[in-house]
Amino acid sequence: MATTSRKRPARSAKNAEELLGYYRQMLLVRRFEERTAQAYTEAKIGGYCHLNLGEEATVVGLMAAIEERDYLFTNYRDHGYALIRGMDPGRVMAELYGRQDGVSKGWGGSMHLFDTDVRQLGGYGIVGGQLPLAAGAALAVSYRDGDEVVMCQMGDGTTNIGAFHETLNIATLWDLPIVFVVVNNHLGMGTTVEMASAEPELYKRASSYRMESARVDGNDVIAVRDAAKVAVERARKEQKPYLLETVSGRLRGHSVVDPAAYRSKDEIAAVRAQDPVAGLHDRLVADGVAKAEDLAGVDADVHRIVKAAVEFADKSPAPEVSSLFDHTYASPVPNDSRRLPADPLFPVGA
Amino acid sequence: MAVMSYRQALHDTLRAEMLRDPDVFLMGEEIGRFEGSYKITAGLLDEFGPKRVRDTPIAEEGFTGAAVGAAMLGLRPVVEIMTINFSLLALDQIVNHAAKIYGMFGGQRSVPMVIRTPGGGGQQLAATHSQNVELFYAFTPGLKVVAPSSPADAKALLLASIRDNDPVLFLENLALYNTKGEVPDGDEPAEIGRAAVTREGTDITLVAYSRMAHVALQVAEKLASEEGISAEVVDLRSLRPLDRPTIIESVKKTSCAVVLEDDWLTYGIGAEVAASISDGAFDYLDAPVRRVAMAEVPLPYAKSLELAALPSANDVVTVVHQTLDAVGRRSVGAH
Repeated sequence: MATTSRKRPARSAKNAEELLGYYRQMLLVRRFEERTAQAYTEAKIGGYCHLNLGEEATVVGLMAAIEERDYLFTNYRDHGYALIRGMDPGRVMAELYGRQDGVSKGWGGSMHLFDTDVRQLGGYGIVGGQLPLAAGAALAVSYRDGDEVVMCQMGDGTTNIGAFHETLNIATLWDLPIVFVVVNNHLGMGTTVEMASAEPELYKRASSYRMESARVDGNDVIAVRDAAKVAVERARKEQKPYLLETVSGRLRGHSVVDPAAYRSKDEIAAVRAQDPVAGLHDRLVADGVAKAEDLAGVDADVHRIVKAAVEFADKSPAPEVSSLFDHTYASPVPNDSRRLPADPLFPVGA
Repeated sequence: MAVMSYRQALHDTLRAEMLRDPDVFLMGEEIGRFEGSYKITAGLLDEFGPKRVRDTPIAEEGFTGAAVGAAMLGLRPVVEIMTINFSLLALDQIVNHAAKIYGMFGGQRSVPMVIRTPGGGGQQLAATHSQNVELFYAFTPGLKVVAPSSPADAKALLLASIRDNDPVLFLENLALYNTKGEVPDGDEPAEIGRAAVTREGTDITLVAYSRMAHVALQVAEKLASEEGISAEVVDLRSLRPLDRPTIIESVKKTSCAVVLEDDWLTYGIGAEVAASISDGAFDYLDAPVRRVAMAEVPLPYAKSLELAALPSANDVVTVVHQTLDAVGRRSVGAH
C-alpha cells in the first residue's frame, strides 16, 4: 500500500498535449454538469440527479487508465464517466431528459447511464449494488480467459455496506481482474467518512482481503491516472484485484436539490480552494503549457458541445407509450401481463 | 421414459445442460466438495472441475450478484441458494438488479441466469428455515418464477430456465426431492408461463403449485375414488408469468375453485389467483373461491404445532366439502 500524490510539471510536448486533452475533458464534465443543474431547475430533468462537480480530475484520470476493451461499472454519480468513456453527450443529456434518444431510451435516467457500445455497464442507484455485478463481469472475463479488466467505481459510503465486503472477499479468492475505485469525497450525503467508517483511511480496508491498495490525490489528474494504471495492469497481467482510493471534494450538495446546509463556510472554502479544474487551468498557465486565452477557447468549444447536447435532448421525442412493455423480458413469454392501470385483466364481457 | 426422483431429474438435467453448453456453470454454497446440501449436484465437481462447479463463501448477496454480472456478459450461471430463506440475503441483487437490468437499461443486456432454491416447511426446521417466500419474486416484473411439482416438470422447466435469456427463480421443495415419476427422454423444454391441467375433472377446480400441486393430485384421486367427486387440478408451474387463462378456463367448466398454497394466506399467491378468478369467471362462480394456506405464524419447531400450521391433504378435503356443500353440489359427485 502506498499513498501517492504527484505534481509533475509538464515538460515534454507529449505531456503538454496530454494535459491539455485532460483539461478539455475535465472542462466538458464541469460544463455539462453545470448545464445539467440548470436543466434540473428548469424541470427538464426529473428524479434524483447527482453531479461530478469537484471530481473531474478523478473521473478523467480513471478513464485514461482503462482501455476500450475494459468494462466499467459505476454508482449513480455517473454523468462524467459516461462522457469521458465515450457516450455521446447528446444521448447522455437525452437520457437525463427521459427521451427516446437517450442511451437507455429514457428507461434509466441520471443514475443509470449504460451503453454497451462503450462497455459502461451502469450506473447503479442502490449503494453497493454494482460491486457484486462488477465482480461477476470479472468472473466472466476470467472464465473465458480474456484480458479485459473491470473497473468498479463507488463512493466512500459504500465501504460500509455488506456487498463491499462480500465482493472484495470473492475478488481475492477467485483471482478476479477487477479494480475497485473508492471515490472519497468525504461525504456520504451529509454523513462524513469519520462518522460512518471505523477505518476512515478507506484504502486500508483492502488489507482484510489481502488486496493491494493505494490512496491518491483525486484532484490531480495525472496522479489518478498513474495510480489507476498500476492497478489496471496488475489486474490485467496478474489477475489480481486492487483497491484504489481517490480523495477529492464535492463542490455542491449530494444531489442537485441539496443546499448542503450541513457544511461550514470554511469547509466549502477549502473544497473550492482545491477545485481540480481551476487548479489544472492555473498549472497549465504557470507551466507555460497554454495561455489563458487558449484555455478560454477550449472552454468555448466545450460550451458548444454542451449546448448541442442540450439541443439534441430537447428535440428528442418522449418515448412512445406503446413501447412500455418492450423491455420486461428478453425471451418472450406467454401470459406476461401487459395491462395499463385501468385495463381489466380480461376483456370486459368475455 | 424413465421413472426417477425429482432430485435425479434435476441432477441429470444440470449435467446434460453443462455438457451441451460450455457457458452453463454452477455456483453456490457447498455445491462442489460437499456435493450440495440436498445432493442435487453430486458428482458434478469431479466431472466438470471447479471452474464450472464453483463453491462460494457464505455470501448470498455477493455470489448471487456475481452470477448476475457474469450473465450480463453472456454466461449462463445456475446459482444454488441452499434454501429460499437464505435468498432474502440476496434480495437486493435479485429484485433490484437481476430483475431490473434488462428493462432499466433499455434492453441493452439481458441476464440469462437461474436461481435454484428449495422452499418448504414440515422438516422441523423452525421459523427461519421453513418459509415460502416465492411471492416476493413472483411479485417482481423482470423475473420469471417457476415451481415444478413433478420430476418431469423439474426437468422440462429446468431446461427452459437455463435456456431462457431472463433471470429465472426456480423453486424446488424439500418435500418433493424424493418423490418419483416418469420423466420423458430427450431434452424438450417446457414453456415458461404455462400452467398445466394435471388432472381433468368437472365438479371443482384445485389450483396449486410445487408441493401443494402434488398434494392436490393425491386429494383429487381420493375424492374420486371415495366420494365420486370429480376434481380438476391446475398446476400453475409458473408463478410469473401467471397463466390466468388456463385457470379461468377450468373454473368456467367447474364453477368453483379452491386454491392450495404452502405460504401465508394474506396477500399470498392464492389471493392473486382468487382475484383473477373473480375478474375472469365471476359469472360462472357458484361459490366463493376458498384458499387453503399456512397458518399465519412463524412456523414452530414442535411437530404438533408444525403439523397444525401447515396445510394438509385433509385440510383440502375439508374445504372442498365446505365449498360443494355451500352450493348444494356435493350430491353431484356422490353416486
